[in-house]
Amino acid sequence: MKQLVIISGKGGTGKTVISAAFSSLASSKVIADCDVDAANLHLLLHPEVQEAHTFSSGEKAFLHSDKCTMCGECVEVCRFEAIEATEEDTIRIDSISCEGCGVCSFICPAQAIEMRDSMSGEWFVSHTKYGPFVHAKLGIGEENSGKLVTQVRRKATEICTQNNLDYVIIDGPPGIGCPVIASLSGADMALVVTEPTLSGIHDMKRIIEVAKHFKIPTACCINKYDINCENSSRIEAWCQEHSIPLLGKIPYDEEVTRSMVQGYPLTEHAKCAASKEIQELWEKLLNVLKKENK
Amino acid sequence: MILSVASGKGGTGKTTIAVNLALSLEGDHPVQFLDCDVEEPNAQFFLKPQILKRQPVFVKVPELDKDRCTFCGKCSKICAYNALAVLKDDVLIFPELCHGCGGCTLLCPESALREKEWKIGILEFGSRDTIDFIHGKLDIGQAMSPPVIRAVKEHRDPSRIVIIDAPPGTSCPVVESVKGSHFSLLVTEPTPFGLNDLQLAVETLRLLKIPFGVIINRADIGNSDVADYCQMHDIPVLMTIPTDRRIASAYSEGRTIIEILPSYKKKFLDLYTKINELI
Repeated sequence: MKQLVIISGKGGTGKTVISAAFSSLASSKVIADCDVDAANLHLLLHPEVQEAHTFSSGEKAFLHSDKCTMCGECVEVCRFEAIEATEEDTIRIDSISCEGCGVCSFICPAQAIEMRDSMSGEWFVSHTKYGPFVHAKLGIGEENSGKLVTQVRRKATEICTQNNLDYVIIDGPPGIGCPVIASLSGADMALVVTEPTLSGIHDMKRIIEVAKHFKIPTACCINKYDINCENSSRIEAWCQEHSIPLLGKIPYDEEVTRSMVQGYPLTEHAKCAASKEIQELWEKLLNVLKKENK
Repeated sequence: MILSVASGKGGTGKTTIAVNLALSLEGDHPVQFLDCDVEEPNAQFFLKPQILKRQPVFVKVPELDKDRCTFCGKCSKICAYNALAVLKDDVLIFPELCHGCGGCTLLCPESALREKEWKIGILEFGSRDTIDFIHGKLDIGQAMSPPVIRAVKEHRDPSRIVIIDAPPGTSCPVVESVKGSHFSLLVTEPTPFGLNDLQLAVETLRLLKIPFGVIINRADIGNSDVADYCQMHDIPVLMTIPTDRRIASAYSEGRTIIEILPSYKKKFLDLYTKINELI
């Protein structure tokens, strides 16, 4: 089993379009959407949900106002500005700001604060025409997306092992923080999708540093490389200098949006330039992944 | 006024809108720009601020005084984030898991834990013409961006129009960024991905009770589902920007729309007028 994670740092560079294409190109795989915060891969893979599970990230503070003596100690100790004493002499807990540390409930002399399990998302095992698909939906405004990502990956690798499949293809989230680290850690390879813009280049460098920090072998590809060929050359030079294999240069192609609107992976029907380049990218990635094996 | 720019989906043009709005207002209004996308802060490439001051961002994490510790295990029992593990004769502390709640230090019966500062990022302060600029940068390998976002927002200046560039998504970093805004602009694109993530962003803002409007970028790609959705749910579409190779090319080089197409300045000022009418 090999786990391939597709990340970018910057959002909107084309991670999901590429992940969907890989899902249709790879022969023996499980697909995992780890962008649990704003998942999109299901829009191209049309999953039939077979299992749905609730996910609890932790607890939230709940006030029993009948027991509260208004001493205000909870307000003092809460570091997340989640508890306030209102003008009407009541205590109010803001469950969106509560990070579930429980300190308020430990120190409350009247035992008026209870920690309750909070349901903060759902995760699914689905069937698609491309293979098994594990995905999730984080509750709105919830935290601990890293924990939900870990759950999705755990299930995907379990299915992969049980069915003796070759790859787990992981569509990762943008950024460099908690859900990205959860998507990345322990993967066999990270493919960084960048674009030839100053933001794209800056964000690529940061995410490659994160991958290096967690010792994940990394390759790179440039999406829409022809919107600024000069910047693309800069990326190529930088990758060469840092020994990051640059495996593909995908041209800007209106067919990409068209296939997204129609709801299928680009490589499935379209015979356009972008589709062809992504197929070659996949072949090259397979070779690199096989080398990583040795 | 605090005005945040968010999106759900990444790469729809949040930074473009935030930066061009700031530059259009600048001169007539005092403006402060806060880049709260601390994982990947990009407004700097367009505003090109002169950085005048840097300041590290710390969170408080526990540190053990082994002489006092009886290894009773209370700290690890109360820690909701598994940031402490108590062994027979030692306590392991994992600062990257710690949320800095202070519970272990407060509740240790032997007072064997004290807090020390742990650096997770940096703030940079600067200016571009009359715009006051602040952004945060999360350190590589750090997981938790909300404390850095909070640190950026602590410096907000209520005497100015505060424009907040938020990160993509809908989870805690976004909530932290937009919380307390008087209005939010949601930037999207008319594709199925744009629509899906717009709907999530709308739910988030409704939960936070922040009034909002939508900007449709690259308005002529994809289909009309985003416009239909907005109409059906009475969500004001405050601006549309057509696909324009000149804008894409300027963006790639760190140039702004109003720099290459000055007629857009009026559109951004109109946008600001519409926002004021909606608040």
